Amino acid sequence: MKLLSTKATCNTHGQDSSYFLGWEEYEKNPYDEIVNPKGIIQMGLAENQLSFDLLESWLAKNPDVPGFKRDNKSIFRELALFQDYHGLPSFKKALVDFMAEIRGNKVAFDPNHIVLTAGATSANETLMFCLAEPGEAFLLPTPYYPGFDRDLKWRTGVEIVPIQCNSSNNFQITKSALHQAHEQAKKQNLRVKGVLVTNPSNPLGTTMSRGKLDLLLDFIKDKDMHLISDEIYSGTVFSSPGFVSVMEVLKERTHNLKDSDDTAQIRDRVHVVYSLSKDLGLPGFRVGAIYSENDTVVAAATKMSSFGLVSSQTQYLLSAMLGDKKFTKNYISENQKRLKRRQRMLVSGLRKAGIGCLKTNNAGLFCWVDMRHLLRSNTFEAEMELWKKILYKVGLNISPGSSCHCTEPGWFRVCFANMSEDTLNLAMKRLKAFVGDSRVEGSCSSSSSIRAQSSGSGTSARKSLSKWVFRLSSREQEER
Amino acid sequence: MTQTRKPSDPKHRTREPKTPSSSSSSSFSTSGMKLIVPLQGVVQGRGGLFLGTLIPCALFYFLQLYLKRRRSGFNNPPSPSSTSSPTLPRTSSRSNLSTRGSISRVRVSKLATLVAKPDDSLYYLGLEKVSQDPYDASENPNGIIQLGLSDNKLCLDLIGKWVSRNLEGSLMGSSDDVTLSINGIAPYQPHDGLGELKMALSDFMQQVMGESVKFDPSNMILTSGATPAIEILSFCLADHGNAFLVPTPYYPGFVRDVRWRPGVDLIPVHCRSTDNFNLNITALEQAYSQARKRGVKVRGILISNPSNPVGNILTPDVLFSLLDFAEEKNIHIIADEVFAGSTYGSDKFVSIAEILDSEYVDKSRVHIVYGLSKDLSLAGFRVGVIYSFNHTVLAAAKKLSRFSSISAPTQRLVASMLSDKRFIQEYLETNRYRIQQVHDKFVDCLSKLGIKCAKSSAGMFCWADMSGLIRPYSEKGELELWEKFMSVSKINITPGSACHCIEPGWFRICFTSISFEDIPLVIERIRRVVESCKSSS
Repeated sequence: MKLLSTKATCNTHGQDSSYFLGWEEYEKNPYDEIVNPKGIIQMGLAENQLSFDLLESWLAKNPDVPGFKRDNKSIFRELALFQDYHGLPSFKKALVDFMAEIRGNKVAFDPNHIVLTAGATSANETLMFCLAEPGEAFLLPTPYYPGFDRDLKWRTGVEIVPIQCNSSNNFQITKSALHQAHEQAKKQNLRVKGVLVTNPSNPLGTTMSRGKLDLLLDFIKDKDMHLISDEIYSGTVFSSPGFVSVMEVLKERTHNLKDSDDTAQIRDRVHVVYSLSKDLGLPGFRVGAIYSENDTVVAAATKMSSFGLVSSQTQYLLSAMLGDKKFTKNYISENQKRLKRRQRMLVSGLRKAGIGCLKTNNAGLFCWVDMRHLLRSNTFEAEMELWKKILYKVGLNISPGSSCHCTEPGWFRVCFANMSEDTLNLAMKRLKAFVGDSRVEGSCSSSSSIRAQSSGSGTSARKSLSKWVFRLSSREQEER
Repeated sequence: MTQTRKPSDPKHRTREPKTPSSSSSSSFSTSGMKLIVPLQGVVQGRGGLFLGTLIPCALFYFLQLYLKRRRSGFNNPPSPSSTSSPTLPRTSSRSNLSTRGSISRVRVSKLATLVAKPDDSLYYLGLEKVSQDPYDASENPNGIIQLGLSDNKLCLDLIGKWVSRNLEGSLMGSSDDVTLSINGIAPYQPHDGLGELKMALSDFMQQVMGESVKFDPSNMILTSGATPAIEILSFCLADHGNAFLVPTPYYPGFVRDVRWRPGVDLIPVHCRSTDNFNLNITALEQAYSQARKRGVKVRGILISNPSNPVGNILTPDVLFSLLDFAEEKNIHIIADEVFAGSTYGSDKFVSIAEILDSEYVDKSRVHIVYGLSKDLSLAGFRVGVIYSFNHTVLAAAKKLSRFSSISAPTQRLVASMLSDKRFIQEYLETNRYRIQQVHDKFVDCLSKLGIKCAKSSAGMFCWADMSGLIRPYSEKGELELWEKFMSVSKINITPGSACHCIEPGWFRICFTSISFEDIPLVIERIRRVVESCKSSS
C-alpha cells in the first residue's frame, strides 16, 4: 500500500465536528411532510429558499437566456470554449453593480478588481493562499462559521486564532479582545497576517457597526495586517441598523482629510469576499468573488481561479439576470421582506417555548438562540447533551455554539430560511413540547418520544409549562 | 531540504545560466561575517567584554543580513525561456521580498508574489499576445491566429444544434424533467458532483474508449475541469517537496497544477525524436535513481495519454511496463486521458483502466484524469473527472472537491446531453473524422514546406520539427523562430522549450481552432517564415 500524502490521511479538516455530524444524521432521516413526518427537520443549513419563485418567474419571462440565445442569435459558440480566468466581462459588470446596489449604491466596485471563484469557499481559501504562508495565522472573532476550520486551514496550512467575544455585549468585537488574541498568537509563536470577519455575521446574524469597522481598520493599520470582510450575507439584512460595508467606511475615511493618508496605506489590505449562495439562494451555482484593490492579490487570485472557474453557462445566465435592474431592485427588497417575516416567526415561536435569541439579530438566514437555561450545567458537555436530545428526540438539527467556537455554552444557531412556513411551525411546536416536557420531568433526559406528545400534554404538564414559560418570558423582557 | 531546478539529464539544452553573483556575494558576506565577528569581540574591551562584544556584533550581523537581502533582490533576473519557476514558496526566496511596484510594508504571501508575476513561459506569453490582437476574418484579418491553444472548434456546430433543439425555455435540456424549476438546481449539491452526471460520464467514458472498459460512477469525483483534478490528486498523493516523474515534452500547464499550491516538483524524463518521443523505461529508471540520489522523494508518474503535445498514444506494452515500474517502486500513476476521444490515426487508444482489468495489479495506485474540454469542446463548462480505485484517495478528493465544484445547471445540462447516446455517437464519429481531415491536410501541407511532424494518432495538434530552420541549434534559436512566427507571420504556436522538450526546434501547432478552409491561409503565413529563414541562412 503506497503512502498517501499527510493531507489525505490526516484529520484536520474538522469534518468530525458536530456541525457536520448533525448534517449526516439529517441525511439518514430527513423530514418530509408526506413521506417522513417524524423525520429530522434541517435547521442547521443556512440556505435561502424563500425567493425561488422570483427567480423562476424571471426565467419564465426570459426563455432565451437559458437557451444561449441573445437577440434571437445563438451565442453558444462563444460560451462553449470560454475559459478565460478573467471572467465574462458582462457578468463581472453585472455582479459589481449588484453588489453596489445591495450597499445602497454608497460604494462602487471596479470590475477589474473582481476575481470570480467557484463559491465563497474557494474565494476564502484562495485569499489565504495569497495573504499568508503556511504556519502563519489569521484572527477570527468567535463564534464563527464552522466551515472556516476547513476552508481556511486545510490545504493552506494557515492557523486560526480566535478573538473571544461573549454575550455581555452581544458578542461584538472589542479592542481588548483583539489585542488579547494578538498576544495569544504571539505566545503560540504564530505570525498574524490579518483579521477575517464575517459581516453580517454567521452565526450571529448581526451587522457590524461603523464604530467596530473603524476599530478593525485602526487595528490592521497599526499592526501591518490584512482585513478580509466576508460579506456573503450582505443582501440578507432585513432590519435596522442596516448594512455598512467595510468599503463604505474606507471611502468615508478617505474623504475625511484627517484620515485620508492612513487610509491610503490600508486600501490595498482590505479584501471583500462575496457570493450569490445566500443573497440569491443559488449555492448550487457555485458563484463567488474576491474584491481587492491590491493588484498583486488580484493578479495571483485570478490565476489561481483556474482551479475553480465558474462555468460560462452560469456566468452568462447570471449576467442577464443581474443585468436586469428592475428585477434586482425588486428581488433585493422582496427577499428582505420575506426574511424579516420569517425571522419574526421563528423568534415568536421560540419565545412561546420560553427561548430567547440575540436581540440584535437583523440579518442572515438564522437566529443565534439562547438555550443556556436549558443546560443541566454551564458546560459544553451539557450543551452537547442538549444538542443530541434536540437532534434525536425532538428531531431538529440545529448547530451548537461549540461547533462555532463560542466561548459560552448554551448558544445555538437555528436557521429559518430553508423550509416552508408549515415546517417551521412544526419545528417550533416540537421544541415547545420538548421544553415543556423536560421541565415537567425535571431533567433533560426523557425516554419517551417527545414528538408523540406534541399534539397534547396532560393538564399538570400544561400548568407547569405555563408557570415556567411565564418565568422565562419575564426574564426575556428584562433582556429586551 | 535540497531543491534543484536543473533537469537531471546531463545533456540538457542550453538555458540561461542562473547568475552566480548572488550566490558569491552571499558566500562573501557569510565568510566575511565568520571573520569579523570574533575580531569585534577581541577589539572591543570597554563596557564589559560581554556587552562590548555582543552589541556591535549584533548590529554588524543585522547590517550584513540587510545588505545580503538587498543584493539578492537585485541579482535574480527572470530567465525568459525558463518555465521552471525560479522559486518555490518554501525555499529561501529572498529574491521576492518586495512586491512589484508596491511600497506597502504588509506582505502578501510568497506564493502570491510568485504567481502574480507576468508569465515568462512562452506558452502563456503567446496566449497573452493573441488576446491583445486576435485574428478575425472580417474584423481583424491581420491579427494573430491562435494555434497555441488546443481548443476544438470543429464540431461546435453539432453541439450548438443540440442545444437549440433541446433547451427551449429550459435550463437543463431534459424534456421529461419535472424539476425544470430552480428548486432542483439552486440548493447545495454534493460537492463531488451529481449522481446523474457521474453515471452519464461513466457511460460517456466507456463510449469514448471504444466500449472496451467499464467505469464505475462510485469511483468518480467531479471537478470544475481537469485542471483542479490534477491539483487535487497532487495534494492527495504527495507532500510538499516531493516529486512526480513526467515524460517530456509535456503540457506546460502541469507546472501550475502540480507545483504552485501542492508544492510538488516535476522531474522530467526526456523522450527523443528517435523514439518518436515515446516513453523509454530506461530513461524512467535513470530519472528515478537520480532523484533518489539527490534525496528527492518520488511519489508518482504523471503521464498524458494520448500525449500532449506530441499526440502519440502509449501502447499497451508501455502501459504494462509503467505499471510494473510503479509497482516495483511503490509509487502512483496519474494518467491524464483528456484526449481519449480525439483519436484519428490507425493506432487504437487503450485506457490504463483497460490494462488494469486484464492484469493482477494493485489498482489503488492508478488514478485517471478526464474532462469534457477536449473531447466534447466544452472547455467553458468546466467538467472534469478524477477516477480512482483507491478509496482513501476518493474520500480525500471528495472533501477537496468543495473548492472546485461544477455549477449545478451546467451539470444538469451536460448530463442531459450525454444521455442522448445517439447524438453522442454521431458527435464522436464526426469529430474524429473532421480532426483526421484537418490533421492529414495540415501535415501534408507542412511537409510540402519541408517541415516534418512526429507521428501522431490523437489530439488536436501536430508536433512539428522546425529544427532545420533555427540558428543556432539551441533554445535561443528556437526563441528567435518563435518571435518570427509571432511578429512576421502573426501566428501563435508553442515552442518545445515551453513543453520542456530536450531537443530544440520542435513546435506544437494546434489545428482544431481553425476550419478546414482556413488551412491555406495558415500555411501561407508559415511559408513566409520558412522562406525568410531559408533566405537568411
